[in-house]
Amino acid sequence: MATPKRPLSPFMIGPYYRPQLTSMMSIAHRATGVILALGSLVLAAWLVAASENAMIYGGFSALLGSPPGKIALFAFSASLVYHFLNGIRHLFWDAGHGFSIPKAYASGYAVLALSVVITAVLWWCGLGGVA
Amino acid sequence: MSLRNPLARAKGLGSAKDGTSHWWHQRLTAIALALLTPWFVMFAVSLIGASHVAVRGAIGHPVTATLLAAFVLSLFWHARLGLQVVVEDYVHGWLEIALQVAIKFVFALAAIASLLAIGRIVFTA
Repeated sequence: MATPKRPLSPFMIGPYYRPQLTSMMSIAHRATGVILALGSLVLAAWLVAASENAMIYGGFSALLGSPPGKIALFAFSASLVYHFLNGIRHLFWDAGHGFSIPKAYASGYAVLALSVVITAVLWWCGLGGVA
Repeated sequence: MSLRNPLARAKGLGSAKDGTSHWWHQRLTAIALALLTPWFVMFAVSLIGASHVAVRGAIGHPVTATLLAAFVLSLFWHARLGLQVVVEDYVHGWLEIALQVAIKFVFALAAIASLLAIGRIVFTA
């Protein structure tokens, strides 16, 4: 068959499209969603550890407080803040609001800026900034 | 009145009648999580460095236990629906089927384990 080897509907990431804020934030929504799905399993493990004795809970807490644990918690918290804010952006789109290109860019930049600020505030509080 | 031949209707399986179900439940759980996540984040941050007794006391509070159960159920349902779409889009062949089954089982187990853990804490508080 003489069909040329070209995609009929090119994927947004690849040589066919320039990277755009909207497409990059869309794939980031998926990526953070996958990270959070893994994080939700850590939450389940934390609840099971809390329902066990103090030794098991202590071991689990120490694991979360170790450097790799802190890196994972940072990834989960940053992903959660981004996915939460961008998810609200998606819910507004689902309701038919904010679809114009200037509005989609404005809400996109707002989500990115707020994600950085809120994640920073959470870690400042978490690392004892309040106390 | 349908212009379709009755035999054609009887032979065809037709619509499964749940075309919007996945989309709708993804949004429904998204709204639930949009409401519950700010509470959960403050709850989680408040427990950083807390002792086991303090954590159990916090989870064992009836309002906290209720909200936490609602949060984990919405979360696992939302995660399961989301991962299903990601696998549908990027994974194909036998691995796709295996992953779809594994995702359903893992998140069902996580939901059951979380609810039992919350229950164990509440009923022994």
